[in-house]
Amino acid sequence: MNNGKQVTSTALGVKTTSLEDALRRGDVENAGAAAQAERATERLRTRIAQEGLADVSYDAVDSPFGTLLLAATKRGVVRLAFPEENVDRVLDGLAQRLSPRIVRSSAPFERARRELDEYFLGKRRSFEMALDWTLIGTFGQRVLRATSAIPYGGVLSYAEIASEAGSPRGSRAAGSALGANPIPIVIPCHRVLRTGGALGGYAGGLERKRWLLELEGALQPRLAVS
Amino acid sequence: MSNALPPFQRFLDSHRDVVWRVLVSAVGPDEAEECFQETFIAALRAYPRLRADSNLRAWVLTIASRKALDAHRARTRRALPVEDVTAVQDGETARRSAASPREPDRELWDAVKKLPSRQRSAVVLRFVGDMPHREIAQAIGCSEEAARRSLHEGLVKLRKAVPA
Repeated sequence: MNNGKQVTSTALGVKTTSLEDALRRGDVENAGAAAQAERATERLRTRIAQEGLADVSYDAVDSPFGTLLLAATKRGVVRLAFPEENVDRVLDGLAQRLSPRIVRSSAPFERARRELDEYFLGKRRSFEMALDWTLIGTFGQRVLRATSAIPYGGVLSYAEIASEAGSPRGSRAAGSALGANPIPIVIPCHRVLRTGGALGGYAGGLERKRWLLELEGALQPRLAVS
Repeated sequence: MSNALPPFQRFLDSHRDVVWRVLVSAVGPDEAEECFQETFIAALRAYPRLRADSNLRAWVLTIASRKALDAHRARTRRALPVEDVTAVQDGETARRSAASPREPDRELWDAVKKLPSRQRSAVVLRFVGDMPHREIAQAIGCSEEAARRSLHEGLVKLRKAVPA
């Protein structure tokens, strides 16, 4: 295995090895140790949440799209990731841009989870959860704040949003800002379409954009044969 | 991203098992729980100040071994008369030692817990934590030679205390 233990392959050497092997196994029963460590970790996470020791919390949230990842700082929800996004990469990005003090915890998301559930059931038309805008640049904030003002059931064009954000000729830039929306669904970038009504783009896929717009009644549901 | 610290949750998931094993081996299951919490809370507080290329495993085991040391000191301070307790424990130890070979050897681990603190830390970090001498030296704050000596002295005592 390691260091030249075979050098002392005498009776004493054998004894040495068995003592060292017993020490290597540790003062734990192998089967039980992992479960104990797991329980201790659960209590640790509870304490971290109660004492607010993490800078960023995250958790999984069920949705009709599959499992979403929500991340929040003390200010509010900072990121919503669709199921196909790589969780490790999302968390690496948050570690680098916000803080590596990232711990999984469900407690900070009770409200967000409830609001999303209600929204997906068609029982909620606007979100009240607190948001943290720090991942969004200055221009992005202008665009996405204008986007947040589009009411449920309504839509605007990229050109209209650009103009709302104060740069009437910046519809391409507005498109990129919308595409980079770190909190989709909650900041409703799906409510921005091409002039003339074509769907345009959506980071979560056009199927989802259409689904959300149908849920909100902004688009007529397509017939099965369309 | 490889030059950045991993999210704390990933660091916790990667190292919680070895930290738990080291702590139970050093202080026993009851105090291990508290030491485990203290270790990771301290790690979480200090985490953002850590260099991204740090050896995270050695770092967290160093914290754990210091928390174990604190627990030992605290227990020594509130030391109670133990003679009767020892008599009872010896009977129990004998019974439990005879149990399946998969279970930890009670006699051995009771002897580990009675080692002087530096020897105990060295033995636990070397074998349960699988740490090289250089890292053990950093963890207990001594030279590599002193760490080797402590480890050796600890093993000699254990062989005497627990004849094969």
